[in-house]
Amino acid sequence: MKHTISLFVTLAAFWLFNSGHYNLLILSLGLVSIAFIIFIADKMDVVDQESQPLYLSRNIFGYYFWLIKEIIKANSTVVKHIWLGKKSISPALRRINISQETDMGKVIYANSITLTPGTVAIDLVEDEILVHALIAKDIDSLENGEMDRRVTLLEI
Amino acid sequence: MEILLSITSGLFLFIGSFLCISGGVGIIRFPDFYTRMHAAGVTDTLGSAMILTGLMFQSGDLLVFAKLVMVLLLILLVGPTTSHVLAKAAFHNGLLPQGLNTLSKSDDKEDTSSNT
Repeated sequence: MKHTISLFVTLAAFWLFNSGHYNLLILSLGLVSIAFIIFIADKMDVVDQESQPLYLSRNIFGYYFWLIKEIIKANSTVVKHIWLGKKSISPALRRINISQETDMGKVIYANSITLTPGTVAIDLVEDEILVHALIAKDIDSLENGEMDRRVTLLEI
Repeated sequence: MEILLSITSGLFLFIGSFLCISGGVGIIRFPDFYTRMHAAGVTDTLGSAMILTGLMFQSGDLLVFAKLVMVLLLILLVGPTTSHVLAKAAFHNGLLPQGLNTLSKSDDKEDTSSNT
C-alpha cells in the first residue's frame, strides 16, 4: 500500500511540474492518467520494494552530499591530468571486494564508482567488481572502503 | 540581487564550459579507449551539472527550475549506466586496457580469453 502511495506522489509531482496548467479539466485529466498508470503498474506487479525503494530515503540524502563532494574532488583530479598529458596517468585494472548484500546496494555502489570520473566499473560478478581507473591511487582509495562502507549503511 | 544572480550564474556556466572543453581535450589526448572514457566522464558529470546549475540560477520560475532538476537527475542516472555498458561491451569483446601497472594483469587476461 505504501508503495502505491509513493508511486502516486511521484507521478503527481512529475505531472504537476511538467504541465504548468492548473485548471480543473487538465488537472482531472492528469488524475485519470495517473490512476491508469497505477492500474497498469499494479497489473504488471512492479509496484514493490524494488521500484519504490522507500527504505533508502532515510540515509540517501546524506550519501548524496558526500557523493557530490567526491565527484567534485575526482573531477578536479581528472581535469588536472588531462591538461598534464598522458605521461602523468597510470591506468590500472583490478578486482575489488564489495560488502553489499542486496542487488540495490550493489547497483548503487557500482553506479557511484562509474559516476565519479577516473574510475569505471566494468564488471560485477558475485561480490567482486572489476574496476578500471585512470590513476592507480584511485583504486587504492576504493579498496580503503570509505564508499563501500557508506553504501552498505544505506541497506537496512 | 539581480546582478548577483547573473554573476553567480555566469561563473557556473563558465566553469561548466571549461570542464566540457577539458573533457573534449582529454578524449583526444588520452592513449586508449578506457582512459578516454574517463575524460568523457568529466563532461558527463560535473560539466553538465555546472551548466545546468548555472541555468537554474537564471530560471526565475519554479516550473523551469523543476525541469532543469529533472534533466540533471536523468543525466546523473543515465550517464554512468551507459559508460558501464560501453566499458563492459569493450572488455568482453577482448579490448584490453593499455599501459597497466598492476600485478593482476595476467589473471585478468585469462578471464577475457575465457569470456570471448
